[in-house]
Amino acid sequence: MENFTPHSALAGGGLIGLSAGLLWLFNGRVAGISGITGGLFSSRSRDIGWRLCFLAGLLLGPLIFRIVGDETASLHISPSLAVLSIAGLLVGYGTGLGNGCTSGHGICGLTRLSPRSVAATLTFMIVAAVTVYIVRHWPGAGSW
Amino acid sequence: MGGYLSALFCGTLFGLGLTLAQMTNPEKVLGFLDVAGHWDPSLALVMAGALTTLALMQHLARRRSAPVLASSFNEPKKARIDVRLLTGAALFGIGWGLSGICPGPAIAALSHGRIEIYVFTAAMFAGMGLFQRLHRP
Repeated sequence: MENFTPHSALAGGGLIGLSAGLLWLFNGRVAGISGITGGLFSSRSRDIGWRLCFLAGLLLGPLIFRIVGDETASLHISPSLAVLSIAGLLVGYGTGLGNGCTSGHGICGLTRLSPRSVAATLTFMIVAAVTVYIVRHWPGAGSW
Repeated sequence: MGGYLSALFCGTLFGLGLTLAQMTNPEKVLGFLDVAGHWDPSLALVMAGALTTLALMQHLARRRSAPVLASSFNEPKKARIDVRLLTGAALFGIGWGLSGICPGPAIAALSHGRIEIYVFTAAMFAGMGLFQRLHRP
C-alpha cells in the first residue's frame, strides 16, 4: 500500500461531492460525466449549453491545478494506443447502454441509494477488477 | 446565464477534485482495480469523500421544491434493473479495466496534451455516438 494517498483522495472526493451537490442544488442535474457528455451526441437534446459549460470547467479545473503548481498531476499510461482505442469505444458505448459511469452511478446514484446504480456499480467494479487481473496476472498475458 | 455559470463552476470543481485525488492518472486507478497487486485503496476514499459530501448537500436540496436556477430537479426515472443496464455496466467495466480511464478523467486529462488521452477520448466519443445512433433513433 505504498501508493496509498488517503488525504488527497478524501479531499479530492469531497470536492467532487461538492460539485455534484451544487449542480443538483442549482441546476437540478445529476453530475454524471457520461450522461452530460453523451447528451451532446443526442439529436433530441436541446439543452446543450449547460453541458458544454460543465465540460469546459472539467477541462479548466486541472489546468488551474497545474498552473498553481503541483507535481503530483503527472500521468502514467501503460496500455498501447490500440488497447486504448478499444477501451475508449467500450467505455463510450457501455456507459450509454448502462446509463452511467463512475460518477453518475458510482457517486450520484449510490448517494440516492438507487438499486439500479448499486447493481451497475458492483458490475463495473467487479468486471474491471477481473479485467485488470487477467491483463496483469494471467499467465502469458501482461505483454500489453 | 446563471445556470451556465454554475455549470462551469461545478465542472471546474469536479476537475480540481479529480486532479487533487490523482484520479486523472490511469496508473493510480489501475492500482485500485489491481486487487492482486500492490493494492492502492485511494479510489475507495475518493468515493467515500464524494458520497458523504453529496449526501449532506442533497439533504439541503430536499427542503426545496425546485433547484435555485432551474424549474425542476431532473430525477433519473428508470427503476428496473435489466439486462441492458448490466450489459452496459459490464462493457464499461472491461474498457475501464483495460485503460484505467473513465469518462470524467478522460476529459479532465485532455489538457495534458498526451496522445494516449486524445485517442482514448476520441474512441469514447465514437462509442457514445454509436450508442445514440443504434439505440436512440
